[in-house]
Amino acid sequence: MNKLLAEEIYYYMVLGRRFEYAAKEHYMRGDISGFLHLDIGQEALSVGAVKAFEKGDLFSTYREHVMAIARGMEPRAVMAELFGRVTGVSRGKGGSMHLFDPSRFFYGGDAIVGGQIPNAVGCAYARKYRGEEDGVMVVFGDGATNGGAFFESLNIASTWRLPLIFLCENNRYAIGTEITRVSPFLHQAEKAAPYMPTMEVDGMDAIAVYETVKEAQKEIQKGRGPIFIEAFTCRYEGHSMSDPGNYRSPQEMQICKSKDPIERMRSVLLEKFGTDKQMVESLERRAEKAVEEAVEFAASSPEPEPTELYEDIFCKRCGNVVS
Amino acid sequence: MLYREALNRALDETMEMDPDVVVLGEDVGLYGGSYRVTEGLVAKYGERRLIDTPIAELSIVGNAVGMAMGGLRPVAEIMTANFSLLAFDQIVNHMSKLRYMSAGKITLPMVVRFPQGVSRQLAAQHSESYEQMLCAVPGLTVFAAGDVNYAYHALKRAILMDDPVIFIEHELLYNKKGEVDFNTELDPFRARIVKEGEDITIISYLKMVDDVMEAVPRIEEGLGVSCEVIDLCSLNPIDFETIAKSVEKSGRVVVVEEDHRTGGYGSQVVSRICEELFFTLDAPPLRIAGEDVPIPYNRSLELLSIPTPDKIAVQITEWGRKNGL
Repeated sequence: MNKLLAEEIYYYMVLGRRFEYAAKEHYMRGDISGFLHLDIGQEALSVGAVKAFEKGDLFSTYREHVMAIARGMEPRAVMAELFGRVTGVSRGKGGSMHLFDPSRFFYGGDAIVGGQIPNAVGCAYARKYRGEEDGVMVVFGDGATNGGAFFESLNIASTWRLPLIFLCENNRYAIGTEITRVSPFLHQAEKAAPYMPTMEVDGMDAIAVYETVKEAQKEIQKGRGPIFIEAFTCRYEGHSMSDPGNYRSPQEMQICKSKDPIERMRSVLLEKFGTDKQMVESLERRAEKAVEEAVEFAASSPEPEPTELYEDIFCKRCGNVVS
Repeated sequence: MLYREALNRALDETMEMDPDVVVLGEDVGLYGGSYRVTEGLVAKYGERRLIDTPIAELSIVGNAVGMAMGGLRPVAEIMTANFSLLAFDQIVNHMSKLRYMSAGKITLPMVVRFPQGVSRQLAAQHSESYEQMLCAVPGLTVFAAGDVNYAYHALKRAILMDDPVIFIEHELLYNKKGEVDFNTELDPFRARIVKEGEDITIISYLKMVDDVMEAVPRIEEGLGVSCEVIDLCSLNPIDFETIAKSVEKSGRVVVVEEDHRTGGYGSQVVSRICEELFFTLDAPPLRIAGEDVPIPYNRSLELLSIPTPDKIAVQITEWGRKNGL
């Protein structure tokens, strides 16, 4: 990890948090609707993992704004998608939960808990088949590890020795249900351990996340099969905007927030990498500005035309027209 | 050539043509396919391209979606329609919607094949038909192969086109014999006129087309009429142009399906005919469909649960008499 990279990670973490607070504000104002899942508190994990896994296919969940932006998708196009505007990454047809950019090997954006895991397995098969080396990373929450799609995927990825990182964001809550009430394990890695090597990392520490994912990517490139990473983290907000999150005690939230990943990364920059305070503040201002610009862009973008309704269902050259 | 051989040939030719075509499913490789559709292909293309999967249908389709995202052209085989229910999340939430949700940025050139329908005493969990559910999912192209020539051409086209296709076969058709015209391209989106006629249009698909054809001489003799028989082939989109042309000529229409009557695919066909062709009709449309019961094991009960050539002949003849023929 060098200073420049550490500063970049910090920038994206701040950008991510500001972006999410702006999204929250505009949801409350009614500019954004539907389900909005905020990533506040989990930035170390989202940014650290994506920056480490620079190349390779990335599959994520419905809580993916920060990952999408860290992958290089423009904040303005992401915000416009949240606003449902035609300038959004999915032309207003996907929304918050469905951000895609195959040109950056970012495949969403999946709102079926665990549904993206088998897709990542298939994609890893395709990469291996074609002799492409970067591999695939799939991100999911602790809640997804209780579903069939997850277990089928462990079995297949391991049997076929696929180049795949399973990255479990364990924030200990499946929507509002604490993980130990629906799983015999607190550490979901125990489920993966019979199938593949597992690693554990503090998901509130961006540098640790970065280094763990880097190491994992090197491992999967050796052709010996997949690897499972469990990152413990904490989401500050409810599951979505419709969840006040009051199943967690104020004490629990206080402990959780005392490990704030952005505060922590800021100290690391100042103390370990010798970034001066001015530089840190200028990164913060830049992030702030990018978010303001994103909101302005989204708010001033046009709505999709009614004809958009029928676009992109089928590919035109297939000759599949509804008679 | 047998129906299963025509399917095998379509797979073989597309695999030969494009190294990105892979086949995955339970027993498709070393075993040669439960209905021998993939027989011999593993020897030619190896286990990398004939991928034996666990019996985990969610993953068979879910992995195929990911393979297509990764640039391959997967053909997923599900052993029978009832098992496809385990993959419905992937079919409905992923395969059909990723293109739309991504505003066209994700393209899924993939096929999911499975046989369906009543075979011989396979009972309630191996005998059903699901075209009605699949045709209600926007984003899926649904082909139903009732004929050997269509099976060959439509499967080839399904594999080579860039949209996701549900390719429905029938349990009882795998050993059906037929000619394949290798020299004439066929448009798989078009319905097939199996037999021309003037007075009654009988619309059907999959194995019911054969049952209708068996019943037709008795109907024609009994009523002194001629029947036009249409095999729909493409269920979604439907070739309504071919239907309209025939119904405008005959003024009388019957839809025959093996599926349960309530919510069956035929109800949609009849509804559209009534909405668009009402004033060309000389008689109320007739639907002949399966009973609203789980398919029973016992052979005589099983035959009571679905249309048969005999029932088709009797019901159409009675309906014709009642309606002035």
